[in-house]
Amino acid sequence: MSTAFLTLLYKEMLRFWKVSFQTVAAPVLSSVLYLMIFGHVLEGRLQPFEGVSYTSFLIPGLVMMSVLQNAFANSSSSLIQSKINGNIIFVLLPPISYREFYAAYVLASIVRGLVVGFGVWLASLFFSWSGVAHPLWALAFVLMGAAILGSLGLVAGIWADKFDQLGAFQNFLIMPLTMLSGVFYSINSLPVFWQQVSHINPFFFMIDGFRYGIFGQSDASPWLSLAIVGCAWLALTVLSLQMLRRGYKLRG
Amino acid sequence: MPSIDTPAIQVRGAVKQFGSLQALAGVDLEIRQGEFFGLLGPNGAGKTTLISGLAGLQRLTAGSIQVMGHDVIADYREARRALGVVPQELVFDPFFSVRELLRIQSGYFGIRKNDDWIDELLASLDLTTKADTNMRQLSGGMKRRVLVAQALVHKPPVIVLDEPTAGVDVELRQTLWAFIRKLNEAGHTIVLTTHYLEEAEELCGRIAMLKAGRVVALDSTPNLLSRVSHHALKLRVAGLSSLPASLAARDAVLQAGGLEIPFASHSQVEGLLATVREAGAEILEVEIAKPDLEQAFIEIMEGEGA
Ligand SMILES: Nc1ncnc2c1ncn2[C@@H]1O[C@H](COP(=O)(O)OP(=O)(O)O)[C@@H](O)[C@H]1O
Ligand SMILES: [Mg+2]
Repeated sequence: MSTAFLTLLYKEMLRFWKVSFQTVAAPVLSSVLYLMIFGHVLEGRLQPFEGVSYTSFLIPGLVMMSVLQNAFANSSSSLIQSKINGNIIFVLLPPISYREFYAAYVLASIVRGLVVGFGVWLASLFFSWSGVAHPLWALAFVLMGAAILGSLGLVAGIWADKFDQLGAFQNFLIMPLTMLSGVFYSINSLPVFWQQVSHINPFFFMIDGFRYGIFGQSDASPWLSLAIVGCAWLALTVLSLQMLRRGYKLRG
Repeated sequence: MPSIDTPAIQVRGAVKQFGSLQALAGVDLEIRQGEFFGLLGPNGAGKTTLISGLAGLQRLTAGSIQVMGHDVIADYREARRALGVVPQELVFDPFFSVRELLRIQSGYFGIRKNDDWIDELLASLDLTTKADTNMRQLSGGMKRRVLVAQALVHKPPVIVLDEPTAGVDVELRQTLWAFIRKLNEAGHTIVLTTHYLEEAEELCGRIAMLKAGRVVALDSTPNLLSRVSHHALKLRVAGLSSLPASLAARDAVLQAGGLEIPFASHSQVEGLLATVREAGAEILEVEIAKPDLEQAFIEIMEGEGA
């Protein structure tokens, strides 16, 4: 691995780590609040999976939601800040290839997502513990989910010219897709129409696949989820690499 | 390896179009290794755009650029390794200290352990005491020096500075120029854009003047200066009440005992002095005023039409 790539990766990780209060502690806290409130209110009223309490059901959804949101936030906010501040030139002037650029930004996003996700999972141990049925499945979904959102953040960060535009991307795309992905409920409890909507939402398959890894139960087949999530990942990787290769918005 | 004859910078037919605006309208330029080269022109002439093309920050609409023989697109790794750019804007990364930033920048160029050179850069730029200070806490002049250090972490043979002394106080300007001059003496090619014409006049061996995306003048600094006939013989004289016809024909001006006669070449001076004496004047004082770049600049810019 080239020094340029490792340095960019290190810089991107150092960037969020230096402000870890905002980038790690704050999202862990908000997930714990969700867990406390929803878990308390809905425990006993909902039981989406057999033999799994509502709080236990909620935990992997919240872990995955944190991973996804923070992976997106990392690459997108880093890029838009650098663009608006103008210091993006420091990574554009050196001989860094577009592949190295992509890999460094996305890997740093994955790391941030995993750090936050791990924090949420640690905190959730105070509430409930339910083992991990298929660790490799769980790992596959968490890594691919983080990679997809890291790439999406890269695309959004390159595309957006202002913080407003990034905010719109977050509020009108990422948030609805996350909320309609079955973090808080099993989609089988939704009306048929919304079930169908959920089935075209890749976020649903990321979270459902991750739940399969944790409980060995899920709404969809893990293989189907793997195929869909894998395709989404491939598509976004190709899109990101194309944008970077052409210098879209970065090299006018 | 580029040979000694390879131009440091070779620009061929560079065109850059922003919508309907042509920021570069076909620029050809060759800068030799070891030159101290000035790129002058009014605001909006296209200087920064040309530098952006050179650095791969912007793609040309047409034409090509090579740095030390390496095409900036096809051979971008080699081209960028050969180039250090000090940007016009005072940009910085607020997350890091000066030393962190310089280490990171070194890493981007593939250099892992660079502390000896970083220390040397910090010392030369008078930043040693600020090494561990966060960028946010530095004054504008210090940030400017960090930008210079960042451009030099990889010891590039070609160094481009885009208005590095704009808004910088006189003392720092002197320090900076002494440093850049040393780099040039050590063999680095220097390209600089500036608004301070006396600076260009003092430092640059050759100058290109850019206007509306075109090179309107390109010559050695002395040649450029001699193109404007603004050498002038300034005399204090006695016994001359009106301008004799022989001097009036040369656009001379007589004012309160002071006589100013423009001339183009130093070989004319003796003849002019003789003419003054023949007109019956006594010469009390002689001074030769040199042309200045500012005058040349204005004349060339005006001469090229709007
Ligand atoms: N990104 C851009 N988009 C549109 N126009 C631009 C852009 N960058 C520069 N220009 C225009 O191109 C011309 C040349 O600008 P520039 O190269 O910055 O000039 P200089 O550095 O000589 O002052 C100006 O008219 C400027 O407004
Ligand atoms: Mg400029």
